[in-house]
Amino acid sequence: MMALRERALVSLRSVPSLPRHVRIQYDPVRQAFAVLSPEKIFWPNEISLDILRRCDGRSSVGHIIADLAAEYDAEQEAVAADVIAFLQEWSDKLLVKL
Amino acid sequence: MSEPFLPPIGMLAELTHRCPLQCPYCSNPLELLKANRELDTQTWLDLFSQAADLGVLQVHLSGGEPTLRRDLEQLIAGLSARGVYTNLITAGVGIAEGRIEAFAEAGLDHLQLSFQGARPATTDRIGNHKRSHDKKLETARRARAAGLPLTINAPIHRHNIEEVPEFIEMALSLGAERLEIANVQYAGWALTNRDALMPERDAVDRQAEIVAAARERLTGIINIDFVPPDYFAIYPKPCMGGWARDAFMVTPDGTVLPCHAAQTIPSLSFERFGPRSLSAIWTDSPAFNAFRGTDWMQEPCRSCERREIDWGGCRCQAMAIAGDAAATDPACAKSPIHARMAMLIDEAQRAAAGPVKDEPFVYRRIGVVTEPA
Repeated sequence: MMALRERALVSLRSVPSLPRHVRIQYDPVRQAFAVLSPEKIFWPNEISLDILRRCDGRSSVGHIIADLAAEYDAEQEAVAADVIAFLQEWSDKLLVKL
Repeated sequence: MSEPFLPPIGMLAELTHRCPLQCPYCSNPLELLKANRELDTQTWLDLFSQAADLGVLQVHLSGGEPTLRRDLEQLIAGLSARGVYTNLITAGVGIAEGRIEAFAEAGLDHLQLSFQGARPATTDRIGNHKRSHDKKLETARRARAAGLPLTINAPIHRHNIEEVPEFIEMALSLGAERLEIANVQYAGWALTNRDALMPERDAVDRQAEIVAAARERLTGIINIDFVPPDYFAIYPKPCMGGWARDAFMVTPDGTVLPCHAAQTIPSLSFERFGPRSLSAIWTDSPAFNAFRGTDWMQEPCRSCERREIDWGGCRCQAMAIAGDAAATDPACAKSPIHARMAMLIDEAQRAAAGPVKDEPFVYRRIGVVTEPA
């Protein structure tokens, strides 16, 4: 029997969150934020971290983009492309839930 | 040192060598420790606390069968209190009612469940344990019901390599986030049983195609990690991500090792936690420093452009096949004795084509110490 799950695709209306097996944690030894997952540990850069922190299960992708564009004083369109590509990649690795 | 000294990130804790299964490829040493040699609860908790101080972010609780430790809930809670990510590696057989829920409650982050086959008869035969397949399916369901993320681990060899498509379907039907298709590494009991476990070349090629296609088809649905078989490889694996580079393991009696099979290297001696602190062992132990970085390397590793990708491969495989722990891993095509890998594959095929034995494997049991063939 095949599971009924399907690949999730990012849209502006998606509301991303971190699944139970993924968490962001500050590591005092390396003085950096780590993303912990079952086998791998990721060391996100500042922008990735800003996106991941907004994956709170309440904010839509559209809202996250507007928020980041304001914070970085950048064009929404440019931010949108980066955020959507990032979230799709992380969703494909099952590190972000859409 | 040719690179800055790093704190460890990951730790594998072999809490016990006791196990209800007898898989003939177990990575535990041939000389298994009995229960009376195991560290007590407080010593494990102290060790975990020192590990967290040292920079360990992730602990894999393994064995043997770690759920045989009655204090497992306490150990998980201790790690969780320090913010360490916990992964329970279990055979999923004989876990008492309510315990999986208790592990989740104690803060367990993830559960990895092994299946010896995708078919009940295969699982029961390889683990030498009746009805183990059904019990594992039940464990998977209980883990999901407790809200735990799940990885299915499938150790692959000659007797289940054709079941790879079924493993993929099974992992999907159990709701797993991850599937490990991990070809058996020939160390420990697997080295003793190498001839009986070695797959055929055609089957290895088919497997690689099946896994590549499944990964493509199931992107965003399930993560499939593939550990290809060393003997058929061109480049070696960066064993443990490099010797004593960012991970280590601890045996049931507290001996701290750079990898599972490190004790097969006779020139090295390993220290136990307790008499020495974890930090002292990690930084100063001659065994940990023996193959750290790249300074120890001989040619062809020393001048190889992949030396910080592969880290020379597996020291224990170099020991087992080249007879020199500082040699290039013979799995590497640049090794002067790489051809020996192909000979060992052919040897295994001839043995498999020979007369059928009643008992094809030396099953893993405490007290059966057998020298590798």
